[in-house]
Amino acid sequence: MTVETLHRTALYAQHESLGAKLVPFAGYEMPVQYPTGILAEHNWTRTYAGLFDVSHMGQGFVVGPDHATTAAAMQAIVPADIAALKPHQIRYSQFLNEQGGILDDLMITRFANDGWLYIVCNASRKTHDFTHIEKHLPAGVKLQRSKHMSLLALQGPKAECVLAKLDPAAASIPFMHYAALKLDGIVAHVSRSGYTGEDGFEISVTDHDAPRLWSLLLADADVKPIGLGARDSLRLEAGLCLYGHDIDETTSPVEADLLWSIQKRRRSEGGFVGAARVLAEIKNGPSRKRVGIKPEGRAPAREGTVVTDTAGRVIGTITSGGFGPTANGPVAMGYVESAFATVGTAVHLIVREKPMPAMVTSLPFIPHNYKR
Amino acid sequence: MSVKFSKDHEWVSVAGDIATIGITNHAQEQLGDVVFVELPAIGKKVSKGGDAAVVESVKAASEVYAPLTGEVVEVNKDLEGDPALVNRGAEGDGWFMKVKFSDAAELGELMDRAAYDKFVAA
Repeated sequence: MTVETLHRTALYAQHESLGAKLVPFAGYEMPVQYPTGILAEHNWTRTYAGLFDVSHMGQGFVVGPDHATTAAAMQAIVPADIAALKPHQIRYSQFLNEQGGILDDLMITRFANDGWLYIVCNASRKTHDFTHIEKHLPAGVKLQRSKHMSLLALQGPKAECVLAKLDPAAASIPFMHYAALKLDGIVAHVSRSGYTGEDGFEISVTDHDAPRLWSLLLADADVKPIGLGARDSLRLEAGLCLYGHDIDETTSPVEADLLWSIQKRRRSEGGFVGAARVLAEIKNGPSRKRVGIKPEGRAPAREGTVVTDTAGRVIGTITSGGFGPTANGPVAMGYVESAFATVGTAVHLIVREKPMPAMVTSLPFIPHNYKR
Repeated sequence: MSVKFSKDHEWVSVAGDIATIGITNHAQEQLGDVVFVELPAIGKKVSKGGDAAVVESVKAASEVYAPLTGEVVEVNKDLEGDPALVNRGAEGDGWFMKVKFSDAAELGELMDRAAYDKFVAA
Protein backbone atom coordinates (compact mmCIF):
# COMPACT_ATOMS: atom_id res chain seq x y z
CA MET A 1 0.00 0.00 0.00
CA THR A 2 1.35 3.38 -0.95
CA VAL A 3 1.23 5.95 1.78
CA GLU A 4 -0.33 9.08 0.44
CA THR A 5 -0.04 12.22 2.49
CA LEU A 6 -3.52 13.58 2.76
CA HIS A 7 -4.15 17.23 3.45
CA ARG A 8 -6.45 18.26 6.24
CA THR A 9 -8.64 21.32 6.32
CA ALA A 10 -8.62 23.74 9.23
CA LEU A 11 -11.81 22.00 10.42
CA TYR A 12 -10.39 18.48 10.68
CA ALA A 13 -10.57 18.40 14.47
CA GLN A 14 -14.20 19.55 14.34
CA HIS A 15 -15.11 16.71 11.95
CA GLU A 16 -13.37 14.17 14.15
CA SER A 17 -15.10 15.33 17.30
CA LEU A 18 -18.48 15.23 15.54
CA GLY A 19 -17.83 11.57 14.72
CA ALA A 20 -17.54 12.07 10.96
CA LYS A 21 -16.53 9.22 8.69
CA LEU A 22 -13.44 10.65 7.00
CA VAL A 23 -12.39 9.50 3.54
CA PRO A 24 -9.70 10.52 1.04
CA PHE A 25 -11.12 12.95 -1.51
CA ALA A 26 -9.07 14.94 -4.01
CA GLY A 27 -6.01 14.63 -1.79
CA TYR A 28 -7.83 15.66 1.37
CA GLU A 29 -9.20 13.76 4.30
CA MET A 30 -12.83 14.86 4.12
CA PRO A 31 -16.06 14.01 5.99
CA VAL A 32 -18.28 11.85 3.78
CA GLN A 33 -20.97 11.68 6.46
CA TYR A 34 -21.63 12.35 10.12
CA PRO A 35 -23.27 9.78 12.43
CA THR A 36 -26.86 10.60 11.37
CA GLY A 37 -26.08 9.40 7.83
CA ILE A 38 -26.49 10.66 4.28
CA LEU A 39 -30.31 10.42 4.05
CA ALA A 40 -30.90 12.42 7.21
CA GLU A 41 -28.26 14.98 6.23
CA HIS A 42 -29.79 15.37 2.78
CA ASN A 43 -33.29 15.87 4.17
CA TRP A 44 -32.04 18.27 6.85
CA THR A 45 -30.44 20.49 4.20
CA ARG A 46 -33.64 20.61 2.15
CA THR A 47 -35.69 21.52 5.25
CA TYR A 48 -33.41 23.57 7.53
CA ALA A 49 -29.76 24.47 6.91
CA GLY A 50 -26.73 22.27 6.29
CA LEU A 51 -23.16 23.32 7.02
CA PHE A 52 -20.45 21.95 4.71
CA ASP A 53 -16.68 22.21 4.92
CA VAL A 54 -15.56 22.75 1.33
CA SER A 55 -12.15 24.16 2.18
CA HIS A 56 -10.52 21.64 -0.15
CA MET A 57 -11.75 23.68 -3.09
CA GLY A 58 -9.37 26.04 -4.88
CA GLN A 59 -9.67 29.74 -4.15
CA GLY A 60 -7.73 32.56 -5.73
CA PHE A 61 -7.74 36.02 -7.22
CA VAL A 62 -6.93 37.16 -10.72
CA VAL A 63 -5.64 40.68 -10.31
CA GLY A 64 -5.08 43.36 -12.92
CA PRO A 65 -5.02 47.17 -13.05
CA ASP A 66 -8.76 47.55 -13.73
CA HIS A 67 -11.85 45.45 -14.42
CA ALA A 68 -11.66 45.80 -18.20
CA THR A 69 -8.08 44.48 -18.30
CA THR A 70 -8.65 41.59 -15.86
CA ALA A 71 -11.96 40.64 -17.48
CA ALA A 72 -10.35 40.56 -20.93
CA ALA A 73 -7.59 38.29 -19.63
CA MET A 74 -10.13 35.95 -18.03
CA GLN A 75 -12.42 35.94 -21.05
CA ALA A 76 -9.61 34.56 -23.15
CA ILE A 77 -9.86 31.32 -21.15
CA VAL A 78 -13.54 31.09 -20.19
CA PRO A 79 -16.64 31.38 -22.40
CA ALA A 80 -18.69 33.49 -19.94
CA ASP A 81 -19.10 37.24 -20.34
CA ILE A 82 -16.83 38.55 -17.59
CA ALA A 83 -16.57 42.12 -18.90
CA ALA A 84 -20.30 42.54 -18.31
CA LEU A 85 -20.09 41.40 -14.66
CA LYS A 86 -21.32 44.10 -12.31
CA PRO A 87 -19.38 44.74 -9.11
CA HIS A 88 -20.11 41.94 -6.60
CA GLN A 89 -21.75 39.77 -9.26
CA ILE A 90 -20.87 36.07 -9.68
CA ARG A 91 -20.90 33.93 -12.80
CA TYR A 92 -20.50 30.19 -13.35
CA SER A 93 -18.14 29.21 -16.16
CA GLN A 94 -15.64 26.62 -17.39
CA PHE A 95 -12.02 26.44 -18.44
CA LEU A 96 -11.84 24.78 -21.87
CA ASN A 97 -9.02 23.10 -23.71
CA GLU A 98 -8.16 23.92 -27.34
CA GLN A 99 -10.62 21.22 -28.47
CA GLY A 100 -13.47 22.79 -26.50
CA GLY A 101 -13.43 20.10 -23.80
CA ILE A 102 -13.99 21.15 -20.19
CA LEU A 103 -10.85 21.33 -18.03
CA ASP A 104 -12.81 22.40 -14.96
CA ASP A 105 -15.84 24.42 -13.96
CA LEU A 106 -15.60 27.39 -11.63
CA MET A 107 -17.26 30.43 -10.11
CA ILE A 108 -15.99 33.90 -10.99
CA THR A 109 -16.83 36.92 -8.83
CA ARG A 110 -16.19 40.55 -9.68
CA PHE A 111 -14.63 41.60 -6.40
CA ALA A 112 -15.08 44.96 -4.70
CA ASN A 113 -11.50 46.00 -5.50
CA ASP A 114 -11.39 47.23 -9.08
CA GLY A 115 -9.51 44.81 -11.32
CA TRP A 116 -9.92 41.85 -8.93
CA LEU A 117 -11.74 38.65 -9.84
CA TYR A 118 -12.26 36.00 -7.14
CA ILE A 119 -12.40 32.43 -8.40
CA VAL A 120 -13.42 29.14 -6.81
CA CYS A 121 -12.60 25.88 -8.61
CA ASN A 122 -12.67 22.14 -7.90
CA ALA A 123 -10.25 20.62 -5.40
CA SER A 124 -9.23 17.84 -7.77
CA ARG A 125 -8.38 20.34 -10.51
CA LYS A 126 -7.01 23.34 -8.66
CA THR A 127 -3.31 22.71 -9.27
CA HIS A 128 -4.00 22.15 -12.95
CA ASP A 129 -6.31 25.18 -13.12
CA PHE A 130 -3.82 27.53 -11.52
CA THR A 131 -1.09 26.45 -13.94
CA HIS A 132 -3.53 26.86 -16.83
CA ILE A 133 -4.49 30.38 -15.72
CA GLU A 134 -0.88 31.47 -15.26
CA LYS A 135 0.04 30.11 -18.69
CA HIS A 136 -2.59 32.29 -20.33
CA LEU A 137 -2.46 35.52 -18.33
CA PRO A 138 -0.93 38.52 -20.11
CA ALA A 139 1.72 40.71 -18.49
CA GLY A 140 0.17 42.97 -15.90
CA VAL A 141 -2.46 40.46 -14.76
CA LYS A 142 -1.45 38.06 -12.00
CA LEU A 143 -2.91 35.06 -10.25
CA GLN A 144 -2.87 35.07 -6.45
CA ARG A 145 -3.56 31.62 -5.05
CA SER A 146 -5.34 31.90 -1.75
CA LYS A 147 -3.42 30.12 0.93
CA HIS A 148 -4.67 29.56 4.46
CA MET A 149 -8.27 30.28 3.41
CA SER A 150 -11.19 28.04 4.35
CA LEU A 151 -14.55 27.77 2.62
CA LEU A 152 -17.79 26.91 4.40
CA ALA A 153 -21.12 26.40 2.68
CA LEU A 154 -24.37 27.06 4.53
CA GLN A 155 -27.23 25.71 2.44
CA GLY A 156 -30.97 25.31 2.88
CA PRO A 157 -34.17 27.28 3.37
CA LYS A 158 -33.07 28.43 6.86
CA ALA A 159 -29.61 29.58 5.72
CA GLU A 160 -30.59 33.24 5.27
CA CYS A 161 -32.24 33.46 8.67
CA VAL A 162 -29.25 31.78 10.36
CA LEU A 163 -26.60 33.96 8.74
CA ALA A 164 -28.63 37.15 9.19
CA LYS A 165 -28.44 36.61 12.95
CA LEU A 166 -24.67 37.11 12.66
CA ASP A 167 -24.90 39.96 10.15
CA PRO A 168 -28.30 41.29 8.99
CA ALA A 169 -26.68 42.30 5.67
CA ALA A 170 -26.63 38.61 4.70
CA ALA A 171 -30.35 38.75 3.95
CA SER A 172 -29.95 41.40 1.29
CA ILE A 173 -27.25 39.70 -0.80
CA PRO A 174 -28.92 38.82 -4.12
CA PHE A 175 -28.52 35.36 -5.65
CA MET A 176 -25.15 34.99 -7.44
CA HIS A 177 -23.70 38.07 -5.71
CA TYR A 178 -21.20 38.43 -2.93
CA ALA A 179 -20.68 40.82 -0.02
CA ALA A 180 -18.03 41.34 2.63
CA LEU A 181 -19.69 40.64 5.98
CA LYS A 182 -18.60 40.69 9.60
CA LEU A 183 -19.86 37.55 11.26
CA ASP A 184 -19.45 38.11 14.99
CA GLY A 185 -16.31 40.05 14.18
CA ILE A 186 -15.00 37.55 11.62
CA VAL A 187 -14.25 39.11 8.24
CA ALA A 188 -15.93 36.91 5.64
CA HIS A 189 -16.41 36.99 1.89
CA VAL A 190 -19.93 35.70 1.49
CA SER A 191 -21.34 34.51 -1.84
CA ARG A 192 -25.02 33.75 -2.30
CA SER A 193 -24.46 30.55 -4.21
CA GLY A 194 -24.08 26.85 -3.65
CA TYR A 195 -24.20 23.31 -4.93
CA THR A 196 -27.43 21.93 -3.49
CA GLY A 197 -30.22 23.65 -5.42
CA GLU A 198 -31.19 25.43 -2.21
CA ASP A 199 -30.77 29.04 -1.19
CA GLY A 200 -27.56 29.51 0.71
CA PHE A 201 -24.12 30.96 1.07
CA GLU A 202 -20.51 30.07 0.46
CA ILE A 203 -18.34 31.75 3.06
CA SER A 204 -14.62 32.34 2.65
CA VAL A 205 -12.69 33.03 5.87
CA THR A 206 -9.12 32.55 7.06
CA ASP A 207 -8.11 29.14 8.38
CA HIS A 208 -7.60 30.89 11.70
CA ASP A 209 -11.23 32.03 11.88
CA ALA A 210 -12.81 28.92 10.32
CA PRO A 211 -13.17 26.81 13.49
CA ARG A 212 -14.85 29.65 15.40
CA LEU A 213 -17.26 30.40 12.53
CA TRP A 214 -18.01 26.66 12.17
CA SER A 215 -18.92 26.44 15.88
CA LEU A 216 -20.88 29.67 15.76
CA LEU A 217 -23.03 28.40 12.88
CA LEU A 218 -23.46 24.93 14.37
CA ALA A 219 -24.67 26.48 17.61
CA ASP A 220 -27.85 27.45 15.77
CA ALA A 221 -30.56 24.82 16.27
CA ASP A 222 -31.40 24.98 12.55
CA VAL A 223 -27.89 23.98 11.47
CA LYS A 224 -26.32 20.52 11.23
CA PRO A 225 -23.02 19.42 9.65
CA ILE A 226 -23.36 17.75 6.26
CA GLY A 227 -20.79 15.54 4.54
CA LEU A 228 -19.76 14.97 0.94
CA GLY A 229 -22.20 12.06 0.57
CA ALA A 230 -25.27 14.26 0.95
CA ARG A 231 -23.55 17.02 -1.03
CA ASP A 232 -23.50 14.58 -3.93
CA SER A 233 -27.16 13.51 -3.68
CA LEU A 234 -28.25 17.15 -3.23
CA ARG A 235 -26.38 18.35 -6.32
CA LEU A 236 -27.57 15.37 -8.38
CA GLU A 237 -31.22 16.15 -7.60
CA ALA A 238 -30.45 19.79 -8.45
CA GLY A 239 -29.11 18.66 -11.85
CA LEU A 240 -25.68 20.18 -11.20
CA CYS A 241 -22.56 18.75 -12.88
CA LEU A 242 -19.76 17.05 -10.97
CA TYR A 243 -16.39 17.47 -12.64
CA GLY A 244 -14.73 14.21 -13.66
CA HIS A 245 -18.14 12.57 -13.91
CA ASP A 246 -20.73 14.65 -15.78
CA ILE A 247 -18.18 16.91 -17.44
CA ASP A 248 -14.55 16.28 -18.39
CA GLU A 249 -12.00 17.03 -21.08
CA THR A 250 -14.05 15.18 -23.70
CA THR A 251 -17.34 16.99 -23.09
CA SER A 252 -18.06 20.52 -24.32
CA PRO A 253 -20.28 23.04 -22.50
CA VAL A 254 -22.84 22.74 -25.31
CA GLU A 255 -23.03 18.95 -24.97
CA ALA A 256 -23.21 19.37 -21.19
CA ASP A 257 -26.29 21.61 -21.58
CA LEU A 258 -24.39 24.54 -20.05
CA LEU A 259 -25.11 26.96 -22.90
CA TRP A 260 -26.97 29.17 -20.41
CA SER A 261 -23.57 29.96 -18.89
CA ILE A 262 -22.27 31.36 -22.20
CA GLN A 263 -23.77 34.81 -22.63
CA LYS A 264 -25.06 36.00 -26.00
CA ARG A 265 -22.18 38.30 -26.93
CA ARG A 266 -19.63 35.54 -26.44
CA ARG A 267 -21.65 33.06 -28.50
CA SER A 268 -21.41 35.38 -31.49
CA GLU A 269 -17.92 36.76 -30.94
CA GLY A 270 -16.04 33.75 -29.58
CA GLY A 271 -12.49 34.72 -28.65
CA PHE A 272 -11.88 32.12 -25.93
CA VAL A 273 -9.84 28.94 -25.85
CA GLY A 274 -12.00 26.15 -27.30
CA ALA A 275 -14.38 28.54 -29.09
CA ALA A 276 -14.22 26.78 -32.47
CA ARG A 277 -16.00 23.65 -31.21
CA VAL A 278 -18.39 25.57 -28.98
CA LEU A 279 -19.51 27.91 -31.77
CA ALA A 280 -19.81 25.02 -34.26
CA GLU A 281 -21.96 23.05 -31.82
CA ILE A 282 -24.15 26.07 -31.15
CA LYS A 283 -24.67 26.38 -34.92
CA ASN A 284 -25.08 22.73 -35.86
CA GLY A 285 -26.19 21.19 -32.58
CA PRO A 286 -24.04 18.75 -30.58
CA SER A 287 -24.02 15.04 -31.42
CA ARG A 288 -24.84 14.14 -27.83
CA LYS A 289 -26.38 15.94 -24.89
CA ARG A 290 -26.45 15.71 -21.11
CA VAL A 291 -29.97 14.94 -19.92
CA GLY A 292 -31.81 13.90 -16.80
CA ILE A 293 -32.83 10.25 -16.72
CA LYS A 294 -35.49 8.86 -14.40
CA PRO A 295 -35.46 5.08 -13.95
CA GLU A 296 -39.02 3.75 -13.80
CA GLY A 297 -38.59 1.28 -10.97
CA ARG A 298 -36.88 1.65 -7.60
CA ALA A 299 -33.44 0.40 -8.62
CA PRO A 300 -30.78 3.12 -8.91
CA ALA A 301 -28.63 3.23 -12.06
CA ARG A 302 -25.07 4.15 -11.17
CA GLU A 303 -22.34 5.98 -13.04
CA GLY A 304 -21.17 3.97 -16.06
CA THR A 305 -24.54 2.33 -16.71
CA VAL A 306 -25.12 1.87 -20.45
CA VAL A 307 -28.15 3.63 -21.97
CA THR A 308 -29.84 1.98 -24.98
CA ASP A 309 -32.88 2.77 -27.09
CA THR A 310 -35.90 0.52 -26.56
CA ALA A 311 -34.58 -1.78 -29.30
CA GLY A 312 -31.32 -2.31 -27.43
CA ARG A 313 -28.92 -0.12 -29.44
CA VAL A 314 -26.40 1.73 -27.25
CA ILE A 315 -27.11 5.48 -27.29
CA GLY A 316 -25.29 6.77 -24.23
CA THR A 317 -24.00 6.41 -20.69
CA ILE A 318 -25.04 7.44 -17.18
CA THR A 319 -22.49 9.83 -15.66
CA SER A 320 -24.11 10.29 -12.23
CA GLY A 321 -26.80 8.17 -10.73
CA GLY A 322 -28.16 7.16 -7.39
CA PHE A 323 -31.07 7.55 -5.05
CA GLY A 324 -32.69 10.95 -4.66
CA PRO A 325 -34.04 11.22 -1.12
CA THR A 326 -36.24 14.25 -1.92
CA ALA A 327 -37.28 12.82 -5.29
CA ASN A 328 -37.95 9.64 -3.27
CA GLY A 329 -36.60 7.38 -5.98
CA PRO A 330 -33.69 6.77 -8.29
CA VAL A 331 -32.37 9.73 -10.27
CA ALA A 332 -29.62 9.93 -12.86
CA MET A 333 -28.04 12.07 -15.52
CA GLY A 334 -25.94 11.16 -18.50
CA TYR A 335 -25.21 11.69 -22.16
CA VAL A 336 -27.40 10.39 -24.98
CA GLU A 337 -27.30 10.90 -28.75
CA SER A 338 -29.07 14.18 -29.48
CA ALA A 339 -31.94 12.42 -31.27
CA PHE A 340 -32.87 10.85 -27.93
CA ALA A 341 -32.43 13.98 -25.79
CA THR A 342 -36.05 15.13 -25.98
CA VAL A 343 -37.84 15.07 -22.64
CA GLY A 344 -40.20 12.11 -22.50
CA THR A 345 -38.09 9.79 -24.68
CA ALA A 346 -38.24 6.20 -23.44
CA VAL A 347 -34.85 4.53 -23.02
CA HIS A 348 -33.43 1.45 -21.35
CA LEU A 349 -30.72 1.30 -18.72
CA ILE A 350 -28.67 -1.87 -18.58
CA VAL A 351 -28.53 -2.67 -14.88
CA ARG A 352 -26.99 -6.03 -13.94
CA GLU A 353 -27.28 -7.13 -17.57
CA LYS A 354 -31.03 -6.50 -17.68
CA PRO A 355 -32.76 -3.64 -19.54
CA MET A 356 -34.57 -1.38 -17.10
CA PRO A 357 -37.14 1.11 -18.47
CA ALA A 358 -36.33 4.79 -17.94
CA MET A 359 -37.37 8.18 -19.26
CA VAL A 360 -35.40 11.22 -20.42
CA THR A 361 -36.49 14.04 -18.10
CA SER A 362 -35.79 17.71 -17.63
CA LEU A 363 -33.34 18.79 -14.97
CA PRO A 364 -33.41 19.56 -12.08
CA PHE A 365 -35.31 16.71 -10.43
CA ILE A 366 -36.16 19.01 -7.52
CA PRO A 367 -37.02 22.65 -8.38
CA HIS A 368 -34.27 25.06 -7.40
CA ASN A 369 -35.09 27.05 -4.32
CA TYR A 370 -32.84 30.01 -5.07
CA LYS A 371 -33.51 33.48 -3.72
CA ARG A 372 -34.08 35.48 -6.91
CA MET B 1 -31.55 -22.99 16.66
CA SER B 2 -28.36 -21.04 16.30
CA VAL B 3 -27.38 -18.29 13.95
CA LYS B 4 -24.29 -18.70 11.74
CA PHE B 5 -22.32 -16.10 9.84
CA SER B 6 -20.36 -15.93 6.59
CA LYS B 7 -17.21 -14.00 5.78
CA ASP B 8 -19.30 -12.04 3.26
CA HIS B 9 -21.35 -10.69 6.19
CA GLU B 10 -24.50 -12.74 5.76
CA TRP B 11 -26.29 -14.47 8.62
CA VAL B 12 -28.04 -17.81 8.40
CA SER B 13 -30.71 -19.14 10.75
CA VAL B 14 -31.64 -22.78 10.21
CA ALA B 15 -34.97 -24.52 10.91
CA GLY B 16 -35.13 -28.03 9.47
CA ASP B 17 -33.82 -27.86 5.92
CA ILE B 18 -34.76 -24.19 5.48
CA ALA B 19 -32.22 -21.42 6.08
CA THR B 20 -33.35 -17.83 6.59
CA ILE B 21 -30.67 -15.50 5.23
CA GLY B 22 -29.95 -11.81 5.71
CA ILE B 23 -27.06 -9.40 6.02
CA THR B 24 -25.43 -8.72 9.36
CA ASN B 25 -25.89 -5.63 11.46
CA HIS B 26 -22.23 -4.86 10.83
CA ALA B 27 -22.88 -4.99 7.07
CA GLN B 28 -25.86 -2.62 7.24
CA GLU B 29 -23.80 -0.20 9.31
CA GLN B 30 -21.09 -0.22 6.66
CA LEU B 31 -23.60 0.21 3.82
CA GLY B 32 -25.47 3.11 5.36
CA ASP B 33 -29.04 4.00 4.35
CA VAL B 34 -30.44 1.15 2.25
CA VAL B 35 -32.67 2.44 -0.57
CA PHE B 36 -33.26 -0.63 -2.73
CA VAL B 37 -33.09 -4.40 -2.45
CA GLU B 38 -33.23 -6.73 -5.45
CA LEU B 39 -34.38 -10.15 -4.32
CA PRO B 40 -34.07 -13.41 -6.26
CA ALA B 41 -37.03 -15.11 -7.92
CA ILE B 42 -38.70 -17.92 -6.00
CA GLY B 43 -37.23 -21.19 -7.27
CA LYS B 44 -33.87 -19.65 -8.15
CA LYS B 45 -30.99 -22.05 -7.56
CA VAL B 46 -28.22 -20.42 -5.62
CA SER B 47 -24.78 -21.78 -4.90
CA LYS B 48 -22.55 -21.03 -1.96
CA GLY B 49 -20.57 -17.86 -2.65
CA GLY B 50 -22.64 -17.04 -5.75
CA ASP B 51 -24.83 -13.96 -6.34
CA ALA B 52 -28.16 -14.14 -4.56
CA ALA B 53 -29.43 -10.57 -4.14
CA VAL B 54 -28.39 -6.93 -4.48
CA VAL B 55 -28.57 -4.29 -1.79
CA GLU B 56 -28.19 -0.64 -2.71
CA SER B 57 -27.44 2.12 -0.26
CA VAL B 58 -27.37 5.83 -1.02
CA LYS B 59 -23.67 5.34 -1.70
CA ALA B 60 -23.34 2.17 -3.76
CA ALA B 61 -24.68 -1.20 -4.91
CA SER B 62 -23.43 -4.35 -3.17
CA GLU B 63 -23.91 -8.01 -3.99
CA VAL B 64 -25.35 -10.35 -1.41
CA TYR B 65 -23.85 -13.83 -1.78
CA ALA B 66 -25.56 -17.09 -0.96
CA PRO B 67 -23.93 -18.56 2.15
CA LEU B 68 -25.39 -21.98 1.28
CA THR B 69 -26.24 -23.92 -1.87
CA GLY B 70 -29.92 -24.55 -2.47
CA GLU B 71 -33.19 -23.20 -3.83
CA VAL B 72 -34.93 -19.96 -2.90
CA VAL B 73 -38.34 -20.80 -1.44
CA GLU B 74 -39.41 -17.43 -0.03
CA VAL B 75 -38.27 -13.79 -0.14
CA ASN B 76 -39.02 -10.90 2.22
CA LYS B 77 -41.54 -8.87 0.24
CA ASP B 78 -41.56 -6.16 2.93
CA LEU B 79 -38.14 -5.04 1.69
CA GLU B 80 -39.59 -3.94 -1.66
CA GLY B 81 -41.69 -1.19 -0.12
CA ASP B 82 -39.47 -0.53 2.88
CA PRO B 83 -35.80 -1.23 2.11
CA ALA B 84 -34.78 0.74 5.22
CA LEU B 85 -36.03 -2.28 7.20
CA VAL B 86 -32.54 -3.66 6.52
CA ASN B 87 -31.09 -0.80 8.56
CA ARG B 88 -33.65 -1.05 11.35
CA GLY B 89 -33.57 -4.81 11.73
CA ALA B 90 -30.79 -6.39 9.71
CA GLU B 91 -30.72 -9.57 11.78
CA GLY B 92 -34.49 -9.76 12.28
CA ASP B 93 -37.34 -8.27 10.23
CA GLY B 94 -34.86 -7.24 7.55
CA TRP B 95 -34.17 -10.83 6.40
CA PHE B 96 -33.73 -11.33 2.65
CA MET B 97 -34.67 -14.88 1.67
CA LYS B 98 -35.35 -18.43 2.75
CA VAL B 99 -33.34 -21.14 1.04
CA LYS B 100 -33.99 -24.88 1.07
CA PHE B 101 -30.40 -25.95 1.34
CA SER B 102 -29.03 -29.08 -0.25
CA ASP B 103 -25.70 -29.57 1.49
CA ALA B 104 -25.83 -29.48 5.28
CA ALA B 105 -22.05 -29.84 5.42
CA GLU B 106 -21.77 -26.23 4.22
CA LEU B 107 -23.22 -25.11 7.57
CA GLY B 108 -20.06 -26.29 9.23
CA GLU B 109 -18.03 -23.83 7.18
CA LEU B 110 -19.89 -20.86 8.67
CA MET B 111 -18.86 -19.01 11.83
CA ASP B 112 -20.67 -18.77 15.11
CA ARG B 113 -21.40 -15.36 16.68
CA ALA B 114 -18.17 -15.20 18.67
CA ALA B 115 -16.03 -16.13 15.67
CA TYR B 116 -17.85 -13.61 13.45
CA ASP B 117 -17.45 -10.80 15.98
CA LYS B 118 -13.75 -11.60 16.11
CA PHE B 119 -13.59 -11.69 12.29
CA VAL B 120 -15.21 -8.25 12.06
CA ALA B 121 -12.98 -6.77 14.76
CA ALA B 122 -9.81 -8.03 13.04
